[in-house]
Amino acid sequence: MTAETTTTTTLPRSVPTGISLGLGARIHRRLAAVPTAVLWLIVGLWTLPSLGMLVSSFRAEDAVKTTGWWTVVTDPKLTLDNYRAVFSTAGTDSPDMWRHFLNSLAIVIPATIIPIALAAFAAYAFAWMDFKGKTWLFVGVVALMAVPIQMSLIPLLQLYTGGAHLTIGGQTLTLFPDLNLAGTPAAAWLTHIGFGLPLAIFLLHNYISALPRDIFEAATIDGADHMQIFRRLVIPLSVPALAAFGIFQFLWVWNDYLVALSFIGGAPDKAPMTIRLATLSGGRGQDWHLLTAAAFVSIALPLAVFFALQRFFVRGLLAGSVKG
Amino acid sequence: MAAVVLEQLNKIYPNSSHAIIDLDLDIIDGEFLVLVGPSGCGKSTALRMIAGLEDISSGVLRIGDRVVNDLAPKDRDIAMVFQNYALYPHMTVAQNIAFALKLAGRPKAEINERVQHAAQTLQLEPWLDRKPGQLSGGQRQRVAMGRAIVRDPAVFLMDEPLSNLDAKLRVQMRAVVARLQRDLKTTTVYVTHDQVEAMTMGDRVAVLRDGRLLQVDAPETLYERPADLFVAAFIGSPAMNLLDVGLEQNGDQLEAVLNAGRLIVPPAVLAARPGLLAYAGGRVVVGIRPEHLHDPAIGSDHGPARIRGVVELRESLGAVIDLHLRVHAKPAVTTETRQAAGDIELLERQAQVGESVVVATVDSRSKARVGETVELVVDTERAHFFDPETGQAIWD
Ligand SMILES: Nc1ncnc2c1ncn2[C@@H]1O[C@H](COP(=O)(O)OP(=O)(O)O)[C@@H](O)[C@H]1O
Ligand SMILES: [Mg+2]
Repeated sequence: MTAETTTTTTLPRSVPTGISLGLGARIHRRLAAVPTAVLWLIVGLWTLPSLGMLVSSFRAEDAVKTTGWWTVVTDPKLTLDNYRAVFSTAGTDSPDMWRHFLNSLAIVIPATIIPIALAAFAAYAFAWMDFKGKTWLFVGVVALMAVPIQMSLIPLLQLYTGGAHLTIGGQTLTLFPDLNLAGTPAAAWLTHIGFGLPLAIFLLHNYISALPRDIFEAATIDGADHMQIFRRLVIPLSVPALAAFGIFQFLWVWNDYLVALSFIGGAPDKAPMTIRLATLSGGRGQDWHLLTAAAFVSIALPLAVFFALQRFFVRGLLAGSVKG
Repeated sequence: MAAVVLEQLNKIYPNSSHAIIDLDLDIIDGEFLVLVGPSGCGKSTALRMIAGLEDISSGVLRIGDRVVNDLAPKDRDIAMVFQNYALYPHMTVAQNIAFALKLAGRPKAEINERVQHAAQTLQLEPWLDRKPGQLSGGQRQRVAMGRAIVRDPAVFLMDEPLSNLDAKLRVQMRAVVARLQRDLKTTTVYVTHDQVEAMTMGDRVAVLRDGRLLQVDAPETLYERPADLFVAAFIGSPAMNLLDVGLEQNGDQLEAVLNAGRLIVPPAVLAARPGLLAYAGGRVVVGIRPEHLHDPAIGSDHGPARIRGVVELRESLGAVIDLHLRVHAKPAVTTETRQAAGDIELLERQAQVGESVVVATVDSRSKARVGETVELVVDTERAHFFDPETGQAIWD
C-alpha cells in the first residue's frame, strides 16, 4: 500500500518565494521543517494515554483502582476479566456487546455510504451542470450546515412517530407518512444522513469543481454524457475526497451518542455501542474499570476503517492530465 | 470526411464580450486550415463553437451537409486535441485512446485493433500500459493525438496542440501532425498563435484579429499579398518593416519620400497597384520585408533603391544575419502596427522623432558592424503599400 502511494506521488515543486502560499501549504512547510525526533516525541506523548488505557484494560479491578498502569513493569499480572465482563450479560437485562456492535453497524453503514453517494451526485451537479437556480440552491444547502442538531430533535421525533401532515380547509395532506421509526436504527441513520449531507456536498463540491474542465470537455467530445462522466471520471478522480469524508462521517456517526439516545434510547436492544458504554460503568460510575476494555472494543472498528481507507489519500492523482 | 462551413457566425459571451464577429469561412473537405492570430483574438472560441463546446450566438455552422448548430459535440463527428492534452489521468494510454470507442459501444476486438493501429501510427506502442503521469510532454501530446485519430472522425479540431512542447520537439511534431493529416486526409482546423506554425502547416491560413477574419489564403499568398497592415505585420519573421512615407508624383513616376531619402516606385509595382496614383501628394504606409533588404557588397544585379542607417544590433543566425538599422524615417503608427508592436511607447517615441528601426535579413557574409552607417539595397519591386487610415493594401 505504501508502494502505490509513493509511485503516484508527485513531489511538490519548489515554490518561488514572494508568491503568497495557501495556509495549508504554509503549515505544511513549517511542519516539514520540524526535526523528525521532535515529531516522534510528540507521537509518543500523544499515544501514551492510549497505551495506559490498553494496559489497564488487561488489569484486574483491584489493581486498576489502587495502582497506576505503569506498575505492570514490576508486577506483570494481566487478565481478560474486564473483557469477559464487557461481553457478558450476566446480572443485567441488556443484550450482549455483540448485539450492540451490530446495532452500531446497522446505523453507521447506511449513514456513511448514502450521504457520500448522494453528495457526490449533488456536488457534480452543482459544479458542472447548468440548471436554473443553481447558485441559490447551493447557498441553501450550505446554509443548512448552520442548523444545530439539538434544534431539530423534537421535530424529527414527531416526524418519525407521527409523520408530517398539512391540513388545509379540511383536506389533510400527508407530507411524510407515519413510519413509526422511533426506536429503530433507521431513525438514527436518516438523521445522520440529513445532517451529514450539507457538509458532504460542500466538501465534495470544493474538490470536484477544482477538477480540470478540459478533461470533462474532452470526455464530452468523446461522447460521454453526464452519467458517464460522473462514473468514469469524477468518481475515480475524487477518491481522496470521498475517502476523507467517509472517515469523517464514519467516526462522527460511530461515536454519536445524542442522536442515538434521542431516537433509539427507549429500545435498549436496538441501541448502539455508545449507549451501552455509557451504562456499563454503573449508575454511580463504580465500574469504571470496565470502560477501559469497552473503549478498546469500540475503537477497534474505527481503527480498521481508518487504516483501510488511508491508502486512498493519494496525492498527485491528476498528474499528467493537463499541463499549464 | 466533410467540409465545414461557417456562415456569419457570431459569439457573444454572457459577459457581453463579442468574441467572434460575422465569421464566414469555407473549409474544404480534406483541407488543413490554420486559424492564426494573436492571443485573445477568438481562435479558441471559433474552434469551440465548431466542436459544440460553446453555443453559437448567431449564424449557421455546417459540417458535411448537416447544419450542426444544435447538435451535441458527440453527434458532430469531430475529434478535438486540447492545448494541455486533457488526458484522463487515471487511465492508461490504451484506455485513454479507447475511451470514445468504448463509450460508443464498439466490440472489444475492434477497439483493440483500432487502438493498436493508432498507437502504431504515433509510435506509442511501448507506453500503452502507462498512465499519463509517467509520460513525457511529447508522449502525452501523441496520446492526445491518438485519442483523436482512433475515432476516424470527419473533422479534427486542434487548439494549439504543440504550444506546450519545447522548441525542438515542436518543430518535429509539426511535421508529424502535418504528415498524419496528409495521410488521413481528414479535414482539420488547427488553431495557433504562432505564424511560423501556420505558414508551415496550413493548406490555407485564416488570420483572425479581434474576432474578425482578415484574410484567408494559401501561406504564399498571405506572404506575397497581405490584405492589410495587420496581416502584413503578423505574417513573416522578422516582421515586415512598416514606414509612414509621403508619396510624390515626379513626372510619370511616383516616389516614396522618407526623411532618409527617396524610393522610386518601380513601374511594374505601379502597374500592379494603380490605386497608388490616388495617394500622390498624400501619405501611405510602405512595407518592406527584412529579406528584401540586401547588402550591396554581396551579389550584383541590385536595383538603384537604397536606404541608409546606423547598425544598432547584429544578430547572426548562422545562415543569415539580422541587422537592426536606425533609419531616419517615420514608423507607421496605426491600430494594426500598435497591436503588432512589442513596445507601443517606443513605437510612438520613434514616430515623434521620425526615426525607426528597420530590420534587414542579409547574407551571412555581410561585413556590416554595430555602430557603422551602412547603405542597404531595397528591393522596391517587392514593396507593399497600405492606406494609413484603413490599413488596407492598396491595389486598384
Ligand atoms: N468563457 C468566456 N467568457 C467571457 N469571455 C470569454 C470567455 N472565453 C473567452 N472570452 C473572451 O473572448 C475573447 C477570445 O478568447 P479566445 O477565443 O480564448 O482567444 P484565443 O484563443 O484566440 O486566445 C477574449 O477576449 C476572451 O477574453
Ligand atoms: Mg486559445
